[in-house]
Amino acid sequence: MSYIIEGSTGPWEIVVGLEVHCQVVSNSKLFSGASTKFGNEANSNVSLVDAAMPGMLPVINEECVRQAVKTGLGLKAQINKESVFSRKNYFYADLPQGYQISQFDKPIVGKGTIILDMPDGTTKSVGIERLHLEQDAGKSMHDQDPKYSHIDLNRSGVALMEIVSDPDIRTPEEAGAYLTKLRAIVRYLGTCDGNMNEGSMRCDANVSVRRPGEPFGTRCEIKNVNSIRFVMQAIEIEAKRQVEVLESGGEIIQQTRLFDQRLGETRAMRSKEMAHDYRYFPDPDLLPLVFDDAFVAEIEKTLPELPDEKKARFINENGLSAYDAGVLVAEKEKADYYEIVAKGRDGKLAANWVITNLFGALNKAEVGIADSPVTAENLGKLIDLISNDTISGRIAKDVFEIMIETGEDPEKIVEEKGLKQITDTGAIEAAIDEVIAANPDKVQEIRDGKDRMLGWFVGQVMKSTGGKANPGMVNKMLRDKILG
Amino acid sequence: MTDLTKLTLAEARDGLAKGDYTSVELTEAHLKSMEAHRNLNAYITETPDKAIEMAKASDAKRAKGDAGNMEGLPIAVKDLFCTEGVQTTAASHILEGFKPEYESTVTSKLFDNGAVMLGKANLDEFAMGSANTSSYYGNVINPWKGKDGKDLVPGGSSGGSAAAVAGGMALAATGTDTGGSIRQPASYCGIVGLKPTYGRCSRWGVVAFASSLDQAGPMTKTVRDAAIMLGSMAGHDAKDSTSAPMAVPDFEAALTGDIRGMKIGIPKEYRVEGMPEEITKLWDNGVAMLRDAGAEVVDVTLPHTKYALGTYYIVAPAEASSNLARYDGLRYGQRVMDEGDSLDDMYSKSRAAGFGKEVQRRIMIGTYVLSAGYYDAYYNKALKVRRRIYEDFANAFGTVDTILAPTAPSAAFAIGENEDDPVKMYLNDVFTVPASLAGLPGLSLPAGLSSEGLPLGLQLIGKPFDEETVLRVGGVLESAANFTAKPFGQEG
Amino acid sequence: MSSLDKETVRRIAYLSRINVSEEGLTELAGDLTRILDFVEELQEVDVEGCEPLTSVADLTLPLRKDEVTDGNIQQKVLSNAPMTDAGCFVVPKVVE
Repeated sequence: MSYIIEGSTGPWEIVVGLEVHCQVVSNSKLFSGASTKFGNEANSNVSLVDAAMPGMLPVINEECVRQAVKTGLGLKAQINKESVFSRKNYFYADLPQGYQISQFDKPIVGKGTIILDMPDGTTKSVGIERLHLEQDAGKSMHDQDPKYSHIDLNRSGVALMEIVSDPDIRTPEEAGAYLTKLRAIVRYLGTCDGNMNEGSMRCDANVSVRRPGEPFGTRCEIKNVNSIRFVMQAIEIEAKRQVEVLESGGEIIQQTRLFDQRLGETRAMRSKEMAHDYRYFPDPDLLPLVFDDAFVAEIEKTLPELPDEKKARFINENGLSAYDAGVLVAEKEKADYYEIVAKGRDGKLAANWVITNLFGALNKAEVGIADSPVTAENLGKLIDLISNDTISGRIAKDVFEIMIETGEDPEKIVEEKGLKQITDTGAIEAAIDEVIAANPDKVQEIRDGKDRMLGWFVGQVMKSTGGKANPGMVNKMLRDKILG
Repeated sequence: MTDLTKLTLAEARDGLAKGDYTSVELTEAHLKSMEAHRNLNAYITETPDKAIEMAKASDAKRAKGDAGNMEGLPIAVKDLFCTEGVQTTAASHILEGFKPEYESTVTSKLFDNGAVMLGKANLDEFAMGSANTSSYYGNVINPWKGKDGKDLVPGGSSGGSAAAVAGGMALAATGTDTGGSIRQPASYCGIVGLKPTYGRCSRWGVVAFASSLDQAGPMTKTVRDAAIMLGSMAGHDAKDSTSAPMAVPDFEAALTGDIRGMKIGIPKEYRVEGMPEEITKLWDNGVAMLRDAGAEVVDVTLPHTKYALGTYYIVAPAEASSNLARYDGLRYGQRVMDEGDSLDDMYSKSRAAGFGKEVQRRIMIGTYVLSAGYYDAYYNKALKVRRRIYEDFANAFGTVDTILAPTAPSAAFAIGENEDDPVKMYLNDVFTVPASLAGLPGLSLPAGLSSEGLPLGLQLIGKPFDEETVLRVGGVLESAANFTAKPFGQEG
Repeated sequence: MSSLDKETVRRIAYLSRINVSEEGLTELAGDLTRILDFVEELQEVDVEGCEPLTSVADLTLPLRKDEVTDGNIQQKVLSNAPMTDAGCFVVPKVVE
């Protein structure tokens, strides 16, 4: 999909690379034994190490290492069996040590790939440059007091995975698809909960523009955008800004910018008189992180089926279209839901019900799959009721409406509302006879060769039976009676 | 009754065991001595109440037949070790009033083994110095006096610890050594100082100067005392990722007195230009003593020795610049903040007021050598030269068991000397820095007197985690040197 | 390369967050230059093929179990702070 900004001086292409910080799922912090729990009282999930008391030393959490390797495997990336922790030095109120322990030239995970599932059903491959482990900072709160900021170190030292993409992204939609897919992967893996609005997944976007085919332009970094939609918007707006600057003869200055979703603009962060110089160097409190093939193999054994594999299986085994399969695997919960519905049933029919009816209804109600009033078991039962001719497809839609509203079992709904399909030949015959008797002229029309009128008769019979008559039977019996 | 402050650690241990005196008596004698020698400024914080309380508890423990290796022995703790509830300053204004909520691993071990803390010993600010003249809490004065009677430096950075032990204000003291901070003051004060192998003693709870070099060790009156005390300081600590997971040997048992057939290396590169004659003589005497004791003396070469100081004065400040970033006036220590100040103002003012000159210089040099464009030329280059120095020692230890060298290029000098140029002061570490860079154990023991009548130390450098050989050879050298001189007021 | 000018020292002082007066900058420039001159001799060492030595500890990084063993010590964390409020450290207002 090409995305070109048509400027007044010609076309521009955008180039985007994303840096995503994923909070690692673990009980305790990367280098201390304090809890990673959210929402506790300020400075309660803080150890003396996190508060950078004099003489305190870091000791690494093995689970965070495992989670990083697991994520690397999920990204089909190179796992570096030897990596190094470095200090990134800068002063900030929520950075107690005066440096962040991160990984610089020797990250734990190297090059990998993410396959994007685009809305039109096509795919695109985006390179992963690296994944490294680092400490999260604390939190500065500015609203408590007009003159002072409050510092809470509960998050200080929580493990983050920074995942850096290659500058392979060319459209805001691809950026959205990248984040969606990355989020799906870490959620499948259980290495990050992926909640952007809670800050457990945060995105910085490096955006530049260029004439198609030209070398990369100067980029700006948009910091800390907290939803996929906003990332897409921010990229679009920033790219337009850059085109305007360039076309009016200006120059892009490499800088960090903030996205203001209210004003729909990006603006430069208040720049310091003198820029940062992070003075990375290997942390002398820590030694090289080294593990063997067996360590990686153990982790590999715990890998779940990932979205790409699941998608391939849905296509190959359940006969789904690439698009439908892509929609279903986008979130693990959706895929899991679908798998329950499809189990022992027609995979395509199940996919139709899940995607068209269920997702449609949930979207309308702005409810997530986890809070769906219709359980996967009940949706399965509904499909069974159709398949075994207990109800017609049309009645099924009505039953589904009731299920969405009440969350009730479809069998119970059908029973209580008397929606069972009429398959009793006598009852249907009576209804047919009635309609035929009332419309002799139309019967004649059919006999004269006007086949289309048969549909009108079917409709009339269905109407008189409240939609419950088996439409197949009605059709056949009408045909027999009028033409037979 | 004997003067309890003149006892060695071993003698006091045995006297306590025999019931000749109690820990309370021993402790009180030292507290009295501390009071009498306050002019030397060996302590930043005296903790007499805590000392008596600990001594009482120790006597009670002993009465129950439950005595540790350091049971009831009163010691000084360098004020770089965090001590729970007791002000810990690192001799800096920026930490004035800081009371840790935790106890360093090394002091915990010592206290678990029964040691009694007399107080927190003075030092160079953040252990940066070789004369103990950079402490915010004032200079430490060496108990020894030259012929002209001028006040002399005790060496540094563990100057307060060395002065306390030499002056009878503690039976022993903890020190830390980054580039010579245990060995050089030990040499200047006529006592024994042992820097163990990097990783032998936990760094947890010790205010960091240069993490890849810092190592705690004992400062004592005798080699045996050093062996006893090290046994109570050493050991693996899961809270320090660089701590060696190794068993602690019985160091005292290593003092067999038998060094026959051992190979002692003499590094020719330590015969530096302009080395005073008396240092050369001291060294030669040491060589002769070891040879007489049956050791084989061989020449070794440590070709990169002359680059050690340069390497050290890049690596240590670089690490320090980062380690000291946490002193920002935010969570502990001194804060300077005026109306309308920004966060950066608060940082810059607090750190300007809180750090002394030498510390500021080292932070800035460290910042510079790590900064963009200079990292490779300075810091990374220094790390590579450090490997060369490390390899030099590894090669030498392929043929010898231990290396003998002087500890320092001179005896203690007068307070105020070498202060005009920071580099001049750095030269005091010329013989101690190489072993620090290589992480090797180094023992300094008094082996002779200068023409001024001041103590001079010899240093034994050992293989990694072979403190036992260093102690064994040190014990033999100690007996042979028979160093009996005492500082003014400690004679007899 | 080893002579530091005042502007460089100003920048280093800023990166170090240490307030230095104008006269102080000049003095520091002299001191720091002397130190850099002193370490300059390293440049003559041949380090071809030599890996930087970052630690003498001949070990790899020990791993800790993922257990909550620390925290819930808010009082200890805050006890030495110059200024606190509502369980938080307090600093001059930070503007982004």
